[in-house]
Amino acid sequence: MEVRLEGRARKFGDDINTDYIISSTRKKETLDEAELKRYLMETLDPDFAASVRPGDLLVAGKNFGCGSAMEVAATVILAAGIQAVLAQSFSRTFYRNAINNGLVALEFDTSTIREGDRLSIELTETMLTVGDLTTCVRSSVATRLPEPLLGILECGGLVGYLKQRGGFRTP
Amino acid sequence: MSSGKTVAEQILSARSGVDARAGDVVVCEVDWILGTDAATPMAIGYFEKMGGQSVRDPSRVMFALDHYSPPTTPRTKAFHDQVRAFARKHGIEVRDVGAGISHQLLLESGRAKAGDLVVGADSHTVTCGALGLFATGIGSSDLAAAMVTGQIWLRIPETIQVTLTGERAEGVSAKDMALALVAQVGGEGANYQAVEFRGPAAEALPLEDRLVLCNLAVEMSAKAAMFPVGPADPGARYARAVSLDLSALSPVVALPDAPANVTAIGNAAGTPVHMVFVGTCAGGRVSDIREVLRVIERAGGRVATGVQLVVTPASREVERKLTADGTLPRLASMGATITTPGCGACCGTSGVIPEDGMNVMSTANRNFRGRMGNPRASIYLASPAACAAAAVSGHITDPRTMGR
Repeated sequence: MEVRLEGRARKFGDDINTDYIISSTRKKETLDEAELKRYLMETLDPDFAASVRPGDLLVAGKNFGCGSAMEVAATVILAAGIQAVLAQSFSRTFYRNAINNGLVALEFDTSTIREGDRLSIELTETMLTVGDLTTCVRSSVATRLPEPLLGILECGGLVGYLKQRGGFRTP
Repeated sequence: MSSGKTVAEQILSARSGVDARAGDVVVCEVDWILGTDAATPMAIGYFEKMGGQSVRDPSRVMFALDHYSPPTTPRTKAFHDQVRAFARKHGIEVRDVGAGISHQLLLESGRAKAGDLVVGADSHTVTCGALGLFATGIGSSDLAAAMVTGQIWLRIPETIQVTLTGERAEGVSAKDMALALVAQVGGEGANYQAVEFRGPAAEALPLEDRLVLCNLAVEMSAKAAMFPVGPADPGARYARAVSLDLSALSPVVALPDAPANVTAIGNAAGTPVHMVFVGTCAGGRVSDIREVLRVIERAGGRVATGVQLVVTPASREVERKLTADGTLPRLASMGATITTPGCGACCGTSGVIPEDGMNVMSTANRNFRGRMGNPRASIYLASPAACAAAAVSGHITDPRTMGR
């Protein structure tokens, strides 16, 4: 499998919790991501959602997606046209939800990436390479996506995986 | 390679049929599957998209209508109807509005036992680990896949061994211990990891205190937290060892906007408090609410003018016990608002939403900005006794100084 993405960095800090990504009170009104995406990150920056362009990449510090296990936190990001999140680390429930929905969640040292930088991402089974085309910094880290995670990402999420394979294949 | 295993490795090896170690990814058979009204509607969508025809073993699934309890909008009412209809079709038990919080209901049912694997679409499902089982929070797609297959994929976590020693002083609660530990380990200090509570002081803790420690473990990002039923396996490899000397602890408060933002309560003393929230899976059980009444009565039995006291029992069983012993009627007579059992005001989905500029003192487990439904309110987390002291005085107060 290989994933290649290119887009504009949208930078956030550490400990971005799921209530910041999408407020629980918004979820009371609808579960429609097309509607909810208007409120993406509204607590931190009310103007953020309107400024997102398809292909933007979320870049954050440590512990991205901490807090509740609510899955719309992952799907609302996808609905906004963002296909990947790069962070120093993820909360485990967010990471699961991201993989299960085909949102590419990658652990990477994001400290030198700035808001608006143009990024390229290449992910193979063993290697993640991130190039910052604005600062001309390019670095690679070894990565390992064991089954069934890789299979789930390949199938675009858990729905596609189970439909295609009819069940979990024990690795 | 050593032969010993952590409790997480033991349980997940047994449930996957693979002799597995930390770092391995396994597919496990699940013993109990919990869905809430917040996560199940979305799970039903995934279930249908997965082509789900039937639920693998409906007797091991339970839905609780706890987050929107009661529903306050047509939309949340519709979520409930959708969950009830799905449950009826597939033979799943629904614990309806007012029954209580999903994992609290599993605990009360007596059905979960040590060694089980519990997955729940609520991050605080980890609370159940107090029984010596592996319980972890999942999202809606995992919930759907678990219903279809009876299984879940899990990476076996490394384990932090937390040794509790010493005897705590009068006035130091399980919540103080838990918040002190969250501060010590850090908000993401246990991410992807499990926690085993060990040591003489752990063995001496009553169940309700164990539940609080396991509950707050998710605020240091733990995947699961356990009070194991047997001794540690000789040779088991732990990621690290942490010790907490209970005799060195004093009452604390978590300042806005993170549970790890902990300080000695004296450092925040005098901060005005406008709303006191007693409830949730961290602080809404029988002993918590009795403690609140005890502190208020010892200090004169009056709630300060200008303070709204909101009490939400974690379950109907809790409510029943506290009605029978007079606790809730006495709190109500002091002007407390007693709300329907469930998650209450914790995450702004039902109950009382604080006003702009309000400071809330809460027995809950999260104080992120906007958590209770209003980003212009500030949330402080503390023990039931400290919340009661704030209710009496109208500001943050060391509970040890009350009524003396």
